[in-house]
Amino acid sequence: MEDFLQKTLGWGNFTIFAISGIVMLLISLGFVTYFIYFERKVIGWMQFRIGPNRTGPFGLLQSVADVAKLLMKEDTIPKKADKELFILAPIITYVPSFMVLAVIPYSETLYFTDLNVGLLYYIALSGISTIGIVLGGWASNNKYALLGGMRSAAQMISYEIPLVISVTGVILISGSLNLRMIAMGQEGWFWNWNIVPQILGFVIFTIAAVAELNRTPFDLPEAESELIAGYHVEYSGFRFAFFMLSEYTYVYAIAALTTVLFLGGWYAPAPFLEFIPGLVWFFVKFAFVVFFLFWIRATLPRMRVDQLMSLGWKWLLPLSLVNLFVTALYMEIFK
Amino acid sequence: MSEVQDKKPEETGKVEVTEEGKATPTEQTVKETIEIQAADPSVQTTSEPSDAPTAEINEDVDAEKAAKVKANREARAARDAARAAKAAEAAGATEGEAADPEQPKAPSPNQPKLDQIVQIIREGIGEQAVVEAYINERDRELPCLIIDKNHWHETALLLRDHPELKLHYLRNVTGTDQETHMEVVYYLINLNHKQDYCIKVKTDRDGGEVPSVTTVWQTANWNEREIYDLLGIIFTGHPDLRRIMMPDDWVGYPLRKDYEPLDPEV
Amino acid sequence: MIRTEELLLNVGPQHPSTHGVFRIIVKIDGEVITEATPVMGYLHRGTEKLAEALTYTQIIPYTDRMDYVSAMTSNYVLVHAVETMMQLEIPERAQFLRLVVMELQRVASHLVWWGTYLLDIGAMTPFLYAFRDREKIIEMFNELCGARLTYNYMRVGGVKWDAPAGWIDKVREFIPYMKKTLEEYHNLVSGNEIFLARIKGVGKYDAQAAIDYGLSGANLRSAGVKWDLRKDQPYSIYDRFDFDVPVGVNGDCYDRYVIRMEEIRQSLRILEQAMAEFPTDGDIMGKVPRVIRPPEGEAYVRIESPRGEIGCHIVSRGKAEPYRLKFRRPSFVNLQILPKLLVGETMTNLVTILGSIDIVVGEVDA
Repeated sequence: MEDFLQKTLGWGNFTIFAISGIVMLLISLGFVTYFIYFERKVIGWMQFRIGPNRTGPFGLLQSVADVAKLLMKEDTIPKKADKELFILAPIITYVPSFMVLAVIPYSETLYFTDLNVGLLYYIALSGISTIGIVLGGWASNNKYALLGGMRSAAQMISYEIPLVISVTGVILISGSLNLRMIAMGQEGWFWNWNIVPQILGFVIFTIAAVAELNRTPFDLPEAESELIAGYHVEYSGFRFAFFMLSEYTYVYAIAALTTVLFLGGWYAPAPFLEFIPGLVWFFVKFAFVVFFLFWIRATLPRMRVDQLMSLGWKWLLPLSLVNLFVTALYMEIFK
Repeated sequence: MSEVQDKKPEETGKVEVTEEGKATPTEQTVKETIEIQAADPSVQTTSEPSDAPTAEINEDVDAEKAAKVKANREARAARDAARAAKAAEAAGATEGEAADPEQPKAPSPNQPKLDQIVQIIREGIGEQAVVEAYINERDRELPCLIIDKNHWHETALLLRDHPELKLHYLRNVTGTDQETHMEVVYYLINLNHKQDYCIKVKTDRDGGEVPSVTTVWQTANWNEREIYDLLGIIFTGHPDLRRIMMPDDWVGYPLRKDYEPLDPEV
Repeated sequence: MIRTEELLLNVGPQHPSTHGVFRIIVKIDGEVITEATPVMGYLHRGTEKLAEALTYTQIIPYTDRMDYVSAMTSNYVLVHAVETMMQLEIPERAQFLRLVVMELQRVASHLVWWGTYLLDIGAMTPFLYAFRDREKIIEMFNELCGARLTYNYMRVGGVKWDAPAGWIDKVREFIPYMKKTLEEYHNLVSGNEIFLARIKGVGKYDAQAAIDYGLSGANLRSAGVKWDLRKDQPYSIYDRFDFDVPVGVNGDCYDRYVIRMEEIRQSLRILEQAMAEFPTDGDIMGKVPRVIRPPEGEAYVRIESPRGEIGCHIVSRGKAEPYRLKFRRPSFVNLQILPKLLVGETMTNLVTILGSIDIVVGEVDA
């Protein structure tokens, strides 16, 4: 993979790049489809329900049917909406969510880019999606959507900062912004994983990540019981599907990122377990993170805007700074 | 006594009123009856225990509660057996209530309460404020007052603030189209001494006005709006008298007896 | 110079958290509410007007549809009012059946409240937990009277159906189950930090305001006023049972939450005692005239519904139909305090406060 990526760009490579990009897109779409299916199943079980079980065997085709429905649905644009922005917003939201997947390494050999500023790239691009959400809320010309969009902007800005600062601890330990290097620094026993020295950073990262994902308990931008659907209240059909798709693609990305940054990437928790391929380990850890997201969604109520803000600025930000400072001190003195 | 039996149930309790009030059933007679009440030594003695009502009430809250339930149950059984006798007894007993020491409670345990509230209003507002006062036997011996609408707002304030009454809780407001007149019925209670009262205010059928008591009890706000909406009684001094249930452009007042539905077939 | 302006926002009549077709027009400055005007009547069916053309027995199904979350208590207030006017004797077994269904209904109603309230707050799961347990009660009612929501169960003088074989045992089994489940609910939700932060100190009022606005039920008790008609002005056979009336201190959403949860427990206590004394047989209908004609006169009868004081004011002219029938609907009266509570709160708290008042729009609009 490494050699391949180093080659000069020609038509041959380009075709392969394009194909692998499309394959990745399909994988992420497939993941989203079944992520939704499992979310519904798992939350259903947590709530003494069965979950989808009618469409296809065990309801496996439920999400497919849902997507098909959304595709066939009439596409409505409100009369008073800002048409261009209204159409643009879901695209602006979705494109970065897919682009960030490029830097994620899945195993020692399987990765799509070897970007030396991978982490920075991820965080920078994911910030762009916020613009799409704010834009969608604004362009809908709907008061609920506007409130949702504004909440989203405030929330993203407030949580992006602790998110970034919490991972700087990891960067200090690894000495690299390259996600592949970060993962490779965690080889060996599970206490080498970044989660152990960076437990505070991990907690902050998780909280901020859930907030970035707009998932319960931080799902204020769409807060169903208050803002009906928040920023995408006026969207239907495929445009709505794109908002949902980008949300779930981010779940994929964040789960993968958490795995790489804190959970040792594709490494087994103990060296003697390494006969199991790294890809499997990666997937196990990844699935655990995803399950954790389901779990808190079924458990926790939603926070209030002011509480969200005070949590972000009064707790997460100072704590992440403390974490950074302590890590830096440790690195200076002992290493 | 068959006469009493045939009478309206409200009237069985208000013997003083019926005694004199039959000749001219208007405000004046009631004033007279109240004067009579005040003058009549027998009635005065009935109101004597109510001079210290709070003490009495506080002391036997539980006893009263138990007694009330017991009395109700007993009364129910007794009434089934011999209602006519009961009516006769009630009528007879109220006439000489104080004179008959055997049954201090039987006629109406709330008669002293009624006398007391009448007295308070009469002293606080004036003779003409109370149009009529009686005990509603059908409704657990509830003391009922009919207040003149011109004095209703002051009376309401008095009822709420008087140290012996403190009727601070307005539990229900009903508007009724009585065909000859409109009636607004207020049910008041104090949550501490738990004595409730029924207050009625009458007004004209067409363009009838009743002073709003929203400033006295906030509860009245929407209740009065509802009555205005459905019966067309205008509450003067209401802060926001709009339709509440029906659409704003609705024509007519549905709960009036002469209301013609849009489509009579429905 | 930045120009700011207030936003006029229509919350409802189609909104997930107004629990039906209730509408509030709010003026918001950012997310802070500066003015709130409730608008209602979207579900006004003119029950009181319809009732004037119906016999008393025919009105009972209409009461089901007022407070459709607690139809049994609405049933009861009407028949109780007629019985009070006619001074009827109710057989023992009917009294017990009525009490049992009313208390089960209170449990069911509070469960619905609990579930939907947490859904308003943003927690999805408790809703389904609550409905699972409510389902058990609904099934029992279904077995008793053949309906799941609009029971039409009570009649003037008694009840329509006797408990089928084994029904009482089902209730007996339900009580310990529900007690256990209630503990579980407390463990799951009542200590959740996010939940507590959302409801503590929100929507506060004092006892004076509560009384002035005529609040009743848990809304009144949350402000520290100990007033429960089952205890203070007992009706039916409540005076035979031993139960507590939970009272709050602060009058905030948290107190209302705690009180309603505690009321479930107290209702179960009443049910337990009622089960112990339940008469093995007996009539379910008292001696009632063929045509129900309350004598001329009027009466105002009130009972404690899960939402507060539900009252029925009958004006009778001795006919088979009421001359005037007025229901004091607790949701309608309790709702009046809402505009006062909302000023200065955020949009999020609008949902929290409205939910804690516990309205049923069918009852608000009647």
